Amino acid sequence: MSIFILLIGVSLFAALIFLALFIWAVKSGQFDDNYTPSVRILFDDDEINEIEQEENDNN
Amino acid sequence: MELQKFYYDNKIVKQFILATIVWGVVGMIVGLLIAMQLAWPVFNFTEYFTYGHMRPLHTNAIIFAFVGNSIFAGVYYSLQKLLKTRMASDLLSQINFWGWQLIIVAAAVTLTLGITTSKEYAELEWPIDIMIAVVWVVYGVNMIWTILKRRVKHIYAAIWWYIATFIGVAVLHVVNSFELPVTLFKSYSLYAGAQDAVVQWWYGHNAVAFFLTTPFLGLMYYYLPKAANRPIYSYKLSIVHFWSLIFLYMWAGPHHLLYQALPDWAQALGVTFSIMLIAPSWGGMLNGLLTLRGVWDKVRDSAALKFMVVAVTAYGMSTFEGPMMSLKSVNAISHFTDWTIAHVHIAGMAWNGGLTFGMLYWLVPKLFRTKLYSEKLANIHFWIATLGILLYAIPLYWGAITQWLMWREYTAEGMLNYPNFLETVTQIVPMYKLRVFGGLMFLTGFVVMVYNMIKTMASGSVTANEAAEAAALVNTQSRTDAGETPHRFMERMPVKFTVFAFVALAIGGAVEIIPMVFIKSNIPTIEAVKPYSPLELEGRDIYISNGCYTCHSQMVRPFRWETDRYGEYSKIGEFVYDHPFQWGSRRTGPDLARTGVVGGPMYKNAAWHYNHFMNPQKMNEQSIMPKYYWLATEEVDLETTPAKIRAMQTLGVPYPEGFDQKAVANLKAQGQKIVDDLKQSGIEVSPTSEMVALIAYLHKLGRDISEK
Repeated sequence: MSIFILLIGVSLFAALIFLALFIWAVKSGQFDDNYTPSVRILFDDDEINEIEQEENDNN
Repeated sequence: MELQKFYYDNKIVKQFILATIVWGVVGMIVGLLIAMQLAWPVFNFTEYFTYGHMRPLHTNAIIFAFVGNSIFAGVYYSLQKLLKTRMASDLLSQINFWGWQLIIVAAAVTLTLGITTSKEYAELEWPIDIMIAVVWVVYGVNMIWTILKRRVKHIYAAIWWYIATFIGVAVLHVVNSFELPVTLFKSYSLYAGAQDAVVQWWYGHNAVAFFLTTPFLGLMYYYLPKAANRPIYSYKLSIVHFWSLIFLYMWAGPHHLLYQALPDWAQALGVTFSIMLIAPSWGGMLNGLLTLRGVWDKVRDSAALKFMVVAVTAYGMSTFEGPMMSLKSVNAISHFTDWTIAHVHIAGMAWNGGLTFGMLYWLVPKLFRTKLYSEKLANIHFWIATLGILLYAIPLYWGAITQWLMWREYTAEGMLNYPNFLETVTQIVPMYKLRVFGGLMFLTGFVVMVYNMIKTMASGSVTANEAAEAAALVNTQSRTDAGETPHRFMERMPVKFTVFAFVALAIGGAVEIIPMVFIKSNIPTIEAVKPYSPLELEGRDIYISNGCYTCHSQMVRPFRWETDRYGEYSKIGEFVYDHPFQWGSRRTGPDLARTGVVGGPMYKNAAWHYNHFMNPQKMNEQSIMPKYYWLATEEVDLETTPAKIRAMQTLGVPYPEGFDQKAVANLKAQGQKIVDDLKQSGIEVSPTSEMVALIAYLHKLGRDISEK
């Protein structure tokens, strides 16, 4: 069942890619802030545009 | 900081949304057709629209066409918004879209014609496999390029899931698709037997992980907070459960092969990792559901949120059920019965379907700058679909347990109580009919959505290039100093350099090693096992082409109630010449691993097989097998037989040298013997007909180890 050599190798290889990504992510500060990213995505540019639009309409 | 003006590409999102809807209708109609074929075999039409061809078409259409396009739609929209940038290349986006649609059309045509590798969810032949690899890389390059030119430094949780999806699917697809082409439409898997099975189910399990789970968790992390207008419950939890899920999933594949011809340690490894997967999976479910705390009143009013809640709940149930099914004692019941079919439909219809519907109900009005045409129709869709899922799954669970109990029931005298397999099928056909009804409800709900979407789209319009402004991202950390060569730059970064060097070495090494290892390891461990004769090999290809594996297994598990019914349990060494393996995953019909054991419980003579293929219902009135009458008149393509033998020799099958030139004569001689046998029963058929080849193959199965 030499196939396991291949599959374990490939799986480890994939895991190492993810590990490298993980180390990079931590080092580059991706996970320093655990709150604001979750809120920031709720604000869209077009919503801001719409608010501006409404304000203009009111004037 | 200076504001930059740019434009979001909404056109590509619209294209993928339309493709999702169109292929959803197609995939579900084919699903309804195969459900009807199991309930009423009369719905098998001609030699092309049989269950064996339509079942792979259904799974491929739903997974890669419906769910695939829905992933692309969701990713292309959210990626741009999250990173405040347009997709890096419009050309790559369009190649991604049209390339993917071309693959789907090619898949629909080839699968209907019976051009298939028979590896589940990877049935497409080698030219299409190459197309998939190319288009997938185009998608990945476009995505990563977009991430590199982003205007938001932070990479939001959803995008991590998209990255994992790209890497995971690329690795799985390449490794599982190593095959040796014989003609343009025929190839043989590089791996044989048990090895092929291990690779296939490593792929099969991870296709669920990286095509049906990780991208959808990414979509959940964007669209659920957006639709509820609430931040995700815990951003920290999203980080923890992402990395743990990514590291655990790859190791669980062997749970598809429990009690089968596979080393015990591999089975145990698969089970262990499957159980561990409950933790990160439920992390995701809880994070999704708890996001709605405080705003459950919104769920009452929004069909989009209702669908998302059902989707996430179903995800939680399925990711608990899955690990339970990977326990050996439970797997003994669920494997080969309809339990697995019910399980995947809870996940597919409710999780993938539900999240797609929820996303579309929120995204389409937003993209078309209008309001949803009818919230009422969306609610109707929600209730029909949810009830449809229940009516689909419950009968199958019921039927699965019923059939398993019948398979293993003994009389007081110690004989099988239902020695005739057909009795255990006839018993659950009413459940198949109920399942048709459940599926029809789900499809009806989908059609209601299509109408709602068309009306919504007609009332608004997409701004193909939507203007936006954001500050440029100044990346101070890893900027290359002016005048420095890239390699110099790399040298200053020891960690990165090591990683890149390792990647380069690993790819080179893998290309060198893979073919070597597998060809050498196909040395038979059971001496009695002989390669297939040319006629048997052709018969095997006919078996594959007609999708017989979709209903018949070739794997006797070591249970008394299986060995009594079929014969000796299957061993690893029996399958060393099987490129690809044919173990199957569902027994709608009986196991065929021992049909060549003369005097065994599964043996039938050539005349029986002939009559049975011509008209199964004439032999057994209640049989649900399609008719295969054309096998008697269609001829084996003898032109390619020598090439097939040569391909097998390349793969390490020990035919004598120069055997390819004698193959056709050998084939005709063996065919003549079967024809002579059939003549005694008054049957006239050509010795090179597909019928004769298939009978030769069935009479080969299990024969070698029974001859002492």
